[in-house]
Amino acid sequence: MIYREAGQFKTTYAGDQAIFPILQDRVFVGLVALAAFVAVPLLANEYWLQAILIPFLIYALAAIGLNLLTGYAGLLSLGTGGFMAVGAYSAFKLATAFPWLNVILVFVLAGVCAAGVGLLFGIPSLRIKGFYLAVATLAAQFFLIWLFNKVGWFVNYAPSGTATAPPRTMLGVMVTGPQATAPVRYLVALGLVVLFALVAKNLVRGRIGRSWMAIRDRDIAAEIIGVRPLRTKLLAFAISSFYCGVAGAELLFLYLGSVETLAFDINLSFLILFMVIIGGLGSILGSFLGAAFIVLVPIFLTNVPNWIGLDMRTDTQKHLELMIFGGLIIFFLIVEPHGLARLWQITKEKLRLWPFPH
Amino acid sequence: MIEFLRSLVLPFADMVSSPTFFVEVLVGGIAAGLMYSLVALGFVLIFKASGVFNFAQGVMVLFAALTLVGLMERGMPVPVALALTVAVMIALAFAIERVVLRPLVNQEHIILFMATIGLNFFLEGLGEQLWGSNVKRLDIGIPDESFSVAGVLLNKLELSAALTAAVLVTVLAVFFQRTRIGRALRAVADDHEAALSIGIPLKTIWVIVWSVAGIVAIAAGVMWGAKSGVQFSLSLVALKALPVLILGGFESVPGAIVGGLIIGVGEKVAEVYWGPLVGGAIENWFAYVLALAFLLFRPQGLFGERIIERV
Repeated sequence: MIYREAGQFKTTYAGDQAIFPILQDRVFVGLVALAAFVAVPLLANEYWLQAILIPFLIYALAAIGLNLLTGYAGLLSLGTGGFMAVGAYSAFKLATAFPWLNVILVFVLAGVCAAGVGLLFGIPSLRIKGFYLAVATLAAQFFLIWLFNKVGWFVNYAPSGTATAPPRTMLGVMVTGPQATAPVRYLVALGLVVLFALVAKNLVRGRIGRSWMAIRDRDIAAEIIGVRPLRTKLLAFAISSFYCGVAGAELLFLYLGSVETLAFDINLSFLILFMVIIGGLGSILGSFLGAAFIVLVPIFLTNVPNWIGLDMRTDTQKHLELMIFGGLIIFFLIVEPHGLARLWQITKEKLRLWPFPH
Repeated sequence: MIEFLRSLVLPFADMVSSPTFFVEVLVGGIAAGLMYSLVALGFVLIFKASGVFNFAQGVMVLFAALTLVGLMERGMPVPVALALTVAVMIALAFAIERVVLRPLVNQEHIILFMATIGLNFFLEGLGEQLWGSNVKRLDIGIPDESFSVAGVLLNKLELSAALTAAVLVTVLAVFFQRTRIGRALRAVADDHEAALSIGIPLKTIWVIVWSVAGIVAIAAGVMWGAKSGVQFSLSLVALKALPVLILGGFESVPGAIVGGLIIGVGEKVAEVYWGPLVGGAIENWFAYVLALAFLLFRPQGLFGERIIERV
């Protein structure tokens, strides 16, 4: 009854092509944005920001990056962790080598470095696809992590082998480093993720996104209608790695503060892949939903035994967590292989007809 | 620069000047390669028969080894424990077919792949919950000691692993080529629908193939466990099996063996002779880069079926 597009006529092309063509959607998104930008920093406590919201935003950005590659261009990648590591370490090198550089610019440049590395490791995608490509991207994962581990230059020869985010200010406010408060870091991460999500949404609606989807759905046919596979696939790798690189830089600067290469190991790649699959392949919204799911489920599983007053040994709890996590993944794939984004879409369809379903 | 080039070439001189050491490195590589092959075999079997890329194979190896050790710790003799482990793996195959595969029939490959990653987590949690997560010793009566033949040190355990692999491959090859079930398996791998339409029971075939993969996992688990203890890192061996698959081709049993040998020898030789140049520990990624370089020239692997595409 409430959610209905009846009576909303589109009189311009711009109105027809809007991301949110229905008024109710625009109001809803506006309210969410208002809540995220104003209410959350004012109300949320340190724990919520540091343990849930900041990682959620960073993972969402990485998931968008992987979704562009896997969901839209159909190129399966297991090297996400490696590309995020490139972003993190190049941001660290840039920030320490040029202390006057704006931290946002550092993030973007780190993304560009990651894009370059992504291009390099994307070259095999011209000849191989599917699981063969996935294994090929594993080469990127292991090689890059080994490189950052072995070459001391990347961490400025720190004896501990960790890269620590240097303190930087923006507009007179401490943004990174130990003195930066959680709300400030949250706002920076939020601003970046909103900006890049909008860019991604427009990319996939436009010519580039369409050529990606053409390659994904049937590459030979796409080639015949004039989509160049070489350029399209490499562009997908570059842009996806750019997103992952920015996310990796944020992981170091806004969330963890200091990292070892262990933070970017193969498990991170799988985690991001889970977010994309559970959220929904080929959906920007899905990347957010998937990231929220993966961040919240472990926290939920850790706390449930306490809430219902069950006393468990920590290792039992850890094993149960693994089992439930694995079980949930299988369950979700069986119930809705197209992910949470599809569930959201179904809900909206139902809502249009409510309360008269016929 | 000249110095660097010299250090790149020098290892070849080393190889010629001390041939016994070189042979020892080679033997070590072959032994490690056979271990990879054992894990890769499980992947190939399932991929051949169902087109599913079973990521959980590594954890199945771990799970099999954990079950065997757990049963032996409870005082069972080796043959009984082994038989029980086989039963457990077959039961697992039934459960996987019923709970995971059957509801996902006709889904895209990537969905099935993800499901096996979910399975991976589940089995890891289950195995460690049932049998405990600390490192265990697996003693199957073959001593981990070396003897020397013509000046070259050989390891009894590695030799028996090689024998096991050889026997397994022969049995599997005969099974696939000569038996009725083997022919049905190949038919299913070729075309699900055609196989169904001539009356091959798809579900039974899947259970059989997952059971066989489980039994191969036991063999791999026993060998790895006897060598380096039963522990979580065993499941990471699965990742090493991936470049082996790429080299050999996803659908080829002999490919898994040859690929394993190439990867094993290649990474041992690279580590021993060229590793010190770049600071060592290149074993972690060398196999992948080797596979990657290889893919550029032969995308379907050494023995893989040629991918022919038509519009």
